[in-house]
Amino acid sequence: MKALTDKHPAAGPDGAALAASSGPARFWKVMKSQKYLYFMSIPFVIWVFVFSYMPLWGWTMAFQDFKAGKTFGEQKWVGFKHFQELFTDERFYLVLRNTLAMSLMGLIVGFVVPILFAVLLNEVKGRIFKRTVQTISYLPHFVSWVVVAGIVTKMLSTDSGAVNSLLMWLHITDEPIQFMAKGNWFWSIVTASDLWKELGWSAIIYLAAIAGIDPELYEASRVDGANRLRQMWHITLPGIRTTISVLLIMSIGHLISIGFEKQFLLGNNLVKDYSEVLDLYALNYGLSLARFSFGTAISIFNSVVSIFLLFLANGVLKKVTKESIM
Amino acid sequence: MNKAFNATRGERAFDVINILIMLLLVSVTLYPFLNVLAISLNDSQDTVRGGISLWPRQFTLENYKVIFAYQGLLQGFKVSIMRTVVGTVLGLLSASMLAFTLSRADFQARRFISVFLALTMYVSGGLIPVYILMRDLHLIGTFWVYVLPGMVGAFNVFVIRSFIDGLPFALQESAKLDGANDFTIYWRIILPLAKPALATIALFLAVGQWNAFLDTYLYNGSNETWTTLQYELMKVLQSTQQGGANMRTSNEDMTKLMNQVSPESIKMAITIVVTVPILAVYPFLQRYFVGGMTLGAVKA
Repeated sequence: MKALTDKHPAAGPDGAALAASSGPARFWKVMKSQKYLYFMSIPFVIWVFVFSYMPLWGWTMAFQDFKAGKTFGEQKWVGFKHFQELFTDERFYLVLRNTLAMSLMGLIVGFVVPILFAVLLNEVKGRIFKRTVQTISYLPHFVSWVVVAGIVTKMLSTDSGAVNSLLMWLHITDEPIQFMAKGNWFWSIVTASDLWKELGWSAIIYLAAIAGIDPELYEASRVDGANRLRQMWHITLPGIRTTISVLLIMSIGHLISIGFEKQFLLGNNLVKDYSEVLDLYALNYGLSLARFSFGTAISIFNSVVSIFLLFLANGVLKKVTKESIM
Repeated sequence: MNKAFNATRGERAFDVINILIMLLLVSVTLYPFLNVLAISLNDSQDTVRGGISLWPRQFTLENYKVIFAYQGLLQGFKVSIMRTVVGTVLGLLSASMLAFTLSRADFQARRFISVFLALTMYVSGGLIPVYILMRDLHLIGTFWVYVLPGMVGAFNVFVIRSFIDGLPFALQESAKLDGANDFTIYWRIILPLAKPALATIALFLAVGQWNAFLDTYLYNGSNETWTTLQYELMKVLQSTQQGGANMRTSNEDMTKLMNQVSPESIKMAITIVVTVPILAVYPFLQRYFVGGMTLGAVKA
């Protein structure tokens, strides 16, 4: 976040001239001279306020017995009733388990494999081959989750799906495996689909960072007799350490807010005990059953945990690697 | 001597293994698409026999003829194109305008607005408060629910701003001396120069709009006027899935459609129709989005 809010070094045309005077008079004067800048930004600030900050006001619903027809003043306040209900609901712990399991698996796999891919792709010698592989690798990123879910279901189907055909051809299994109907496969399916979709895209940033490493380092190490694996370990990986830790903090911050598109699209009633994540739980028990207050309590829990994790990750990594995003 | 020989042999083995890994990855990425394409172009009676992999066994365009006769899909196509165009134009204008004001170091409100905007990337109200807000704003059941809520995206603004920061400030100063106001500077100087960043963001916005299905499901789930292509595909895909958990409306037209040719062929043909527009444009815009991603992320 630091880079996003940092001051720009260059001073503007008006700022420099007006720096001499001071006080509120100066403030209004500058404001007047910047009226176009205000006209061009204030509408969007209001926009962001309405669509991003107003929903936060909606958090009050979690502390009321919210009824849709009533005005804010008429709602009945109930304190932490809905949170108590949430924390005593057995289903909540099941859903929390699913959320944490899938986000942790996604974090580890979705973090390590793209780095590995970027490092290996960087070692490919032919330029055209390298470019082609990269272009193909991020193709799935642009395809919607609806399509990916359709493709995954097709590939894993028991009825001549590619994966089952391959497994049977290799005699790993004699009967087609019912991937989509067995709960214990669900977490792996979601993780693998996510990896398939985002592998190439996630690697872009690392490839850009690798391109920034001084080529002389590789020359020098070659003279010292380092082979390719050693070069990857001692030059490439340390060279992109900053990028890795910044991205790690950011993904930990989003750990629990993994969204629910994948689970919503890939899940079905048979695997519900493994597919339901916090947001989906809020959708099913909050929106569909019109239990708005209860659903909002789930969202609040989700946000609070996310922010806690973000700060935790930031703090730990700051100590370990001296990198920080705040 | 011996050592050097070993090193080259090791090197070569490494190269071969590395290329094999890359080829494996390419096939895993491409095979599903080619398989879906082959099935969509294969006779539906024949597909049931199984065994179609990369090439149609009995080539036909019948599946496509059938789906293009389906009214819901055509409507979805229209709405999807509309939301992609309107959403991209609005998003691009607002993000670039805001980015320009934030790139100006002398702008008083700059720090406040930056922080105000950055916070939205980490905190969100959640599903239900947003739903209630949309209802209170009377956006549910309208086209606008697709384009208005996400119009000002923090990430987009910051990417464009990073790019504008890299342009020489002297351009703005000399325009100012010639009597141009800040809006003219934005419109005449910054917008034309920021084309690479704008192209990146336009691609992100367009892909996001084209691929969105959740807003249709939440806000226009039973409203056939504003259905989208992704949502129609979702309904078709889920209608025959085991359990069929998330279906909201069962559509008679669709059932009829499925009976004409097999559901499998219908699904695959619609998947191709939904995917092709994106695949057709992305190789050409590649150099832009690689640059844009780097601007947005490595600098963070």
